[in-house]
Amino acid sequence: MNIEGHDLAIGYPDRTIGRGLDIALATGEVLALLGPNGGGKTTLLKTLLGLLKPKSGEVRLGDKPLGNYSIRDRARVIAYVPQVHIGTFAFTVETVVLMGRTAHGTLFSRPSARDRAVARAVLDRFGIAALADRPYTMISGGERQLVLLARALAQEPQFVVLDEPTASLDFGNQGKVMNEIRALAKSGHGVLFTTHDPNHALRAADRAFLLRDGTRIADGPVAAVLNREQLEALYLTSVERLTDHTSGAVAFLPG
Amino acid sequence: MTRSALSGLAIATAVLIAGLLLAFTIGRYPVSLAELGNVLLAKLSGHRPDVPSAVESVILQVRGPRVLAAALVGAALAVAGTAFQGLFRNPLVSPDILGASSGAALGAVIGIFLSLGVLAIQAFAFLGGLLAVAAVYVIGSAVRSRDPILVLVLTGVVIGALLGAGVGLVKYLADPYNQLPAMTFWLLGSLSATNVSDLPPLFGPVAVGTAVLVALRWRMNVMSLPEEEARSLGVSTGPLRIAIVAAATLTTSASVATAGIIGWVGLVVPHLARSLVGPDFARLLPTAAILGGGFLLVIDTLARTAAQVEIPLGILTAVVGTPFFIWLLASMQRTWS
Repeated sequence: MNIEGHDLAIGYPDRTIGRGLDIALATGEVLALLGPNGGGKTTLLKTLLGLLKPKSGEVRLGDKPLGNYSIRDRARVIAYVPQVHIGTFAFTVETVVLMGRTAHGTLFSRPSARDRAVARAVLDRFGIAALADRPYTMISGGERQLVLLARALAQEPQFVVLDEPTASLDFGNQGKVMNEIRALAKSGHGVLFTTHDPNHALRAADRAFLLRDGTRIADGPVAAVLNREQLEALYLTSVERLTDHTSGAVAFLPG
Repeated sequence: MTRSALSGLAIATAVLIAGLLLAFTIGRYPVSLAELGNVLLAKLSGHRPDVPSAVESVILQVRGPRVLAAALVGAALAVAGTAFQGLFRNPLVSPDILGASSGAALGAVIGIFLSLGVLAIQAFAFLGGLLAVAAVYVIGSAVRSRDPILVLVLTGVVIGALLGAGVGLVKYLADPYNQLPAMTFWLLGSLSATNVSDLPPLFGPVAVGTAVLVALRWRMNVMSLPEEEARSLGVSTGPLRIAIVAAATLTTSASVATAGIIGWVGLVVPHLARSLVGPDFARLLPTAAILGGGFLLVIDTLARTAAQVEIPLGILTAVVGTPFFIWLLASMQRTWS
């Protein structure tokens, strides 16, 4: 299955942010969306999620336009992991994860025994089952990110879309989330994430999509797209390329 | 349900029972617990009660309707406050955030100004509340914005101010000897004129509104997340928000129409209930309803008995509510749990 955007113009009712964008994501692959602030990453993300209507062009999910799906059907195929937030009310971690089951219930239903089993399974998968009864507001930022990932998986989606999943995390948790993103692709999910760090894209993504001022700069396999020239053109800064001589791994430093 | 949630519900129920016992027994004509038990048991089993008829009439005719009305109004305001606090993701929100109270107030003072009967005044108040919230909703939705919730709240504040000006105008024009005292008394909130005929128009809307909110309890949990998250979890936020606002407005308008304007209950009780059983609406709504009923029963008993004259309820809830809320702010700064 694919999510595809064809010749998209994206933006809000009062302004257009990007034009002429073609983007595709298949199940089993990880796509990283990179670009400077204000360049349209989040807007493109929300358009592909169906939270924003494209101003022109079309988003297709499988063989149908995304707009033809009901909100509920859409939530069973695409899950969204927002940037980590603290939340207003102190729901337990289990309740937050169970909210991921909402699209599998009816208007008046409460989570069923099966919903609880799914929630327990995803909590186990991320190694946070011990947090189940803790208030979501009282756990660490890294744990919150894992809870939001667990909630997304509880939707049993085919695609997971993450908005800056590493932005507010410490070094160790960034690594953990990268690993989880790889694991998601391995279990057959299509994953799209935005990031400010090209190294995260190198580490976790198969392909990278570079977006500047609402225009695509490049789109392709990370090894081909993420090089010094492209990154300098993307961020308008000088970039240094480092290579580890034993593993051959590459990293970039700005400035 | 966890043990702490169960004990939270038990505490709320204990407050309600204590409130009921206080409200029935304390007053100008004191009634003993034995007499109360006797009359209620007799009423249930259909026998004649074994107490003086004056006692029976105090319990059943004088205090009965007022006790039931106080419990219902308290429950209604607490449920509406709980719903609005979740919907607007803001624990400082109260049931009149969208203008229900100010609309009802304008309806009631117009009814008094036109020298209408009690039932007509209540109907005016009820319709005023519904119309005000409908107007806020229509205007708020017409303004295109990325943050519909914020626009809705701001529209509520603006329309509420306009309706407040309308109330001021009607008071200014009112007959200062007959109408103005009635308006003032109504605006401060009171249950002193409650009788049996007030109960059905109060109970009906409160029951319907509460039933809708209880049925939607799981969706209400999801609705307390940011808009885009709720939608990406599969919730049609627009229609659901209308249903929740309509249900909460129904309970608020019915209670304001019966008892006048009583602030603070819908703000403070949801907090208390949340600290007892946590934020899951499945437990929170019933706990808030029970606790709200008990809370207003205690307040109303104070209103009847603390002074030689009746103290308006709105004044008592403010006197109790303000220090309580300051304490709440100080003790709960970490989270709004």
